[in-house]
Amino acid sequence: MTLEARSARACWETDVDSPADGRSIDLGTVDAIPVGEGRAYRVGGKTVAVFRPRDGRLYALDNRCPHRAGSLADGIVGGGAVICPLHGWKFELASGRCLNESARVRSYPVVLMDGRMILLLEGEA
Amino acid sequence: MTEPERLVVIGNGMAGARVVEEILARAPERFAIAMFGAEPYGNYNRILLSNVLGGTQDAERIFLNPLAWYAERGVTLHAGIKVTHIDRERRRVTGRPMRASALPYGVDGVDGGAPTIEAPYDLAIIATGSRPFVPPMAGIDTPGTFFFRTIDDCERIAAYAKRCRSAVVIGGGLLGLEAARGLLNHGVEVTVIEAAPHLMPAQLDSEGGELLKRAMEGMGVRVLLGTFTQAILGEGRVTGLCLKSGETIAADMVVVSAGIRPIVDVATSSGLAVARGIVCDDQLRTSDPAIFAVGECVEHRGVVYGLVDPIWDQAKTIADVVTGKDPAAEYRGSRLATNLKVMGVELVSMGEVKAADPRDEVVVYREPSRGVYKKLVAQGGALRGAILLGEADTAGVLTQMFLLGSPLPERRADLLFGTSSGAPILSVLDLPDHAQICNCNGVSKGQIKEAILVGKCRSVTRVGACTKAGTGCGSCKTLIQQFLEIYAGEVEPDESEHYYVPGVPLAKAELVAAIKQHGLKSVSAVFRDLAAGKEDAGSKPGLASLLKSIWHADYEDERDARFINDRVHANIQRDGTFSVVPRIYGGVTSPTELRRIAEVAEKYRVPMVKITGGQRIDLLGVKKEQLPSIWRELGMSSGHAYTKAFRTCKSCVGTDFCRYGVGDSIALAQKIERRFRGVESPHKMKLATAGCPRNCSEAYVKDLGAVAIEGGKWEVYIGGAAGSTVRKGDLLCTVDTHDEVLRYTGRFIQYYRENGKYLERSYGFVERLGIERLREVLIEDKDGICARLDAEIDAAVAAYRDPWTEANAPVHRSQFRGLIADDEARA
Ligand code: SRM
Ligand SMILES: Cc1cc2nc3c(=O)[nH]c(=O)nc-3n(C[C@H](O)[C@H](O)[C@H](O)COP(=O)(O)OP(=O)(O)OC[C@H]3O[C@@H](n4cnc5c(N)ncnc54)[C@H](O)[C@@H]3O)c2cc1C
Ligand code: SF4
Ligand code: FES
Repeated sequence: MTLEARSARACWETDVDSPADGRSIDLGTVDAIPVGEGRAYRVGGKTVAVFRPRDGRLYALDNRCPHRAGSLADGIVGGGAVICPLHGWKFELASGRCLNESARVRSYPVVLMDGRMILLLEGEA
Repeated sequence: MTEPERLVVIGNGMAGARVVEEILARAPERFAIAMFGAEPYGNYNRILLSNVLGGTQDAERIFLNPLAWYAERGVTLHAGIKVTHIDRERRRVTGRPMRASALPYGVDGVDGGAPTIEAPYDLAIIATGSRPFVPPMAGIDTPGTFFFRTIDDCERIAAYAKRCRSAVVIGGGLLGLEAARGLLNHGVEVTVIEAAPHLMPAQLDSEGGELLKRAMEGMGVRVLLGTFTQAILGEGRVTGLCLKSGETIAADMVVVSAGIRPIVDVATSSGLAVARGIVCDDQLRTSDPAIFAVGECVEHRGVVYGLVDPIWDQAKTIADVVTGKDPAAEYRGSRLATNLKVMGVELVSMGEVKAADPRDEVVVYREPSRGVYKKLVAQGGALRGAILLGEADTAGVLTQMFLLGSPLPERRADLLFGTSSGAPILSVLDLPDHAQICNCNGVSKGQIKEAILVGKCRSVTRVGACTKAGTGCGSCKTLIQQFLEIYAGEVEPDESEHYYVPGVPLAKAELVAAIKQHGLKSVSAVFRDLAAGKEDAGSKPGLASLLKSIWHADYEDERDARFINDRVHANIQRDGTFSVVPRIYGGVTSPTELRRIAEVAEKYRVPMVKITGGQRIDLLGVKKEQLPSIWRELGMSSGHAYTKAFRTCKSCVGTDFCRYGVGDSIALAQKIERRFRGVESPHKMKLATAGCPRNCSEAYVKDLGAVAIEGGKWEVYIGGAAGSTVRKGDLLCTVDTHDEVLRYTGRFIQYYRENGKYLERSYGFVERLGIERLREVLIEDKDGICARLDAEIDAAVAAYRDPWTEANAPVHRSQFRGLIADDEARA
């Protein structure tokens, strides 16, 4: 593979972009995510980062940082925000609003039912 | 409540968006606003495109009003829709979507097949800006020919330049030179062609132009003056230019930047009065009282402007008039100052730079050897114009005096060089609050004052982040600095600058004391007890580092406090993959080890295998989930190329093979690396040993370097650097044996671990403490701590555990999980 071809697409990006809207999706048990961290899930055509901050809540954002496509699931989480691991843009977990630049990522509701994480794709916030 | 009036704005550039901002600031509910913009974006700062083209600023960073801005204020934005007609009788504006490939400033470019979009108005404002002027020449459509006006132009030029070796810029004005400078950064050879006898004819005299030419040539730009282009040559793509003289020039691409012309198409077709621009009165009203115009498309009192400064006053005037805040408000024209934004050339020009009148008083200073040329043209004690080239320290003050028409000081020289006493020429305190300080973004003194006093901004950068002042050409930064000095003194000093981390309101010493007093062993405990329970993501790694240095083995390691690199023991790459750098002690490897690395690289299809600048091998582009098995199969330990810790000890071949070697540098490097591998510290530590003062392993410029000298002795240097800072290390001591080198190395590392600030490299640390003081502590043991330091570093060395063993014992089952598929998650 040429260098260009490799850098054109980030490794966690999925190939298709078919919306899987209108569904609620079971992402498995919450203990798949270590407390205070996030993990990236492939859901239909999207890649969604699910976060499990220490406050006990769950949040989900599109995993792709609008700056240069950093994987937000690899960021540091705290105080209701996540910091992108590549160049430090900071996003509010609840809304996806970027706190230091004018940008935003999509956020999705995710709820805990019987210890399982249920992602709601229809209700994009 | 009355129905809001309908306002339609045609053109969503700097003027269109600004006038809407000004109107919303006065009467947020008064109008139902719709905007049309031929470009498919929100409004961005066009003057920063030069930085974008040069690659010194990201395109995303220049947006002033991103799409969300419009939505949040209830403004309907038709982005990518060009207005084709105004039906003034029915008061409707008609637009059509742009064709994907069309230039927004082109004469046509709309998609004729697409449905039209109509918007009724009570009040309309035209803000269509300008388009590049195209001098008559053949071949202008040849692919490889570009203009420089929009974000998309920058992208197109940058992408095309990748495939080019040479470029010609037609036009030696402000934009042409900025384009030429930007192209240099793309590695192409650049020639600028200017028709006038000197560069920047609109802003310079011939002497200034000549010095500027020399400065541009000094950067590697070729400049042809008095030269006219006849045709662009090439079939299918640009291959060169033919000049009027008959001469031809080879070039792979052409950027045309030969001036601008107001876009008046819609105004003309709708029957408004148009001369050079859309003719407006002092209230910026066109010949139709329901239609205003603003920005570069306007002709006011016979003048058409090509800079942003007039926009700020024009927008205020329109807003005052249409909201009724001041129905009699008037715009009376602008005085202009420009700044060439070319890295490496300081140039500010304002007003009339050539004496035209016998009453004009001209003051000139020239120092051609340094490329300095300064000129003032004054009349009746006020400034008519000025040039500052090569040195523009007084530009901020001079611009203010020019714009305000303030009386000049007796000693004109002060205006060029500052006063000899250092006293300010113009006290910024005397400026009225409405005085505009940043002309690029239209920011007044009042706004800057508020950012400092109310917004608590404490640096030029913070003021910029808050108000945008100083983020354009940057020439007002010295004034912002003066405001900071004046106003920051009036308020409480900003404590937070001294905090160890931003999220916990304590300086380092107090924080350490509080942590010990409360027995706080984890990052979450610190937030709980010392920050009122409020976590701060950015403060976590700094706290983790501090807690570990306080509690050692008792530290409660919470993995979420670590940066991703330290969670997976590898360095994250731009595409989200990781790099694997195994430890190669002292840079010495073996055929067996190389074979194993090769096998692993092949088996896992590692995209790149590279020799690093640190004398070892890097496997780049590895997926997170591959890390554990790669480490296992390599059977080597972590090289810690990702963390704040001891990294490497480079070596040279020394006495083993080199005919000059006087000390065994390889054995020493291996001993150092075996002992200190992975020891954590405030920042990374890179060491080296050299077999003689020829210093082939660059030991003089490492955090610690040992250099063998005649007589079998070793010199130990500390605080060297050759990264973003270059510094030769200071000689700490000269010793006789490897063991002594190891002892002083350990002592220095431990002292740095204890006293270095978080993220302070050894070069900063050694400079801060001074080598004399360090010798007192580490060699003469004046503080009586050497025995303790030696014991502490022994303990740290003994506690070493290779993080790559987590391949077999992950701290969490998803520690190395990359993308988790939903079906697998459900299972
Ligand atoms: C891999 C390597 C480049 C290479 O291909 O050779 C490298 C790669 C990086 N360097 Fe370096 N540096 C590499 C040798 C160097 C050297 C030369 C040396 O080690 O002898 C220097 C100058 C010496 C020094 O450290 O001062 C060097 C000075 C820097 C600096 C500037 C530090 C400074 O304060 O001056 C940074 C930025 C920083 O640390 O904040 C940096 C940061 C980086 C980072 C970690 C940036 C980052 O955070 O992602 C790069 C990771 C790239 C990646 O995708 O993995 N790298 N970097 C080299 C790895 C050496 C190794 O074997 O461990
Ligand atoms: C590279 C570069 C560097 C510059 N540097 C400086 C500098 O250092 N200092 C300085 O003072 N000035 C500088 N300028 C000039 C400055 O950018 C302009 O003065 C300013 O942008 C003018 O604002 P405007 O709104 O009138 O026009 P524009 O910003 O061009 O906005 C007009 C907008 O209207 C759109 N439009 C046009 N026709 C239609 C239509 N029919 N329907 C819908 N939309 C339409 C256009 O596509 C455009 O988006 C620079 C310009 C460039 C290109
Ligand atoms: S010099 Fe270092 S930090 Fe910069 S691009 Fe190269 S590897 Fe990355
Ligand atoms: S990719 Fe997220 S901050 Fe750069």
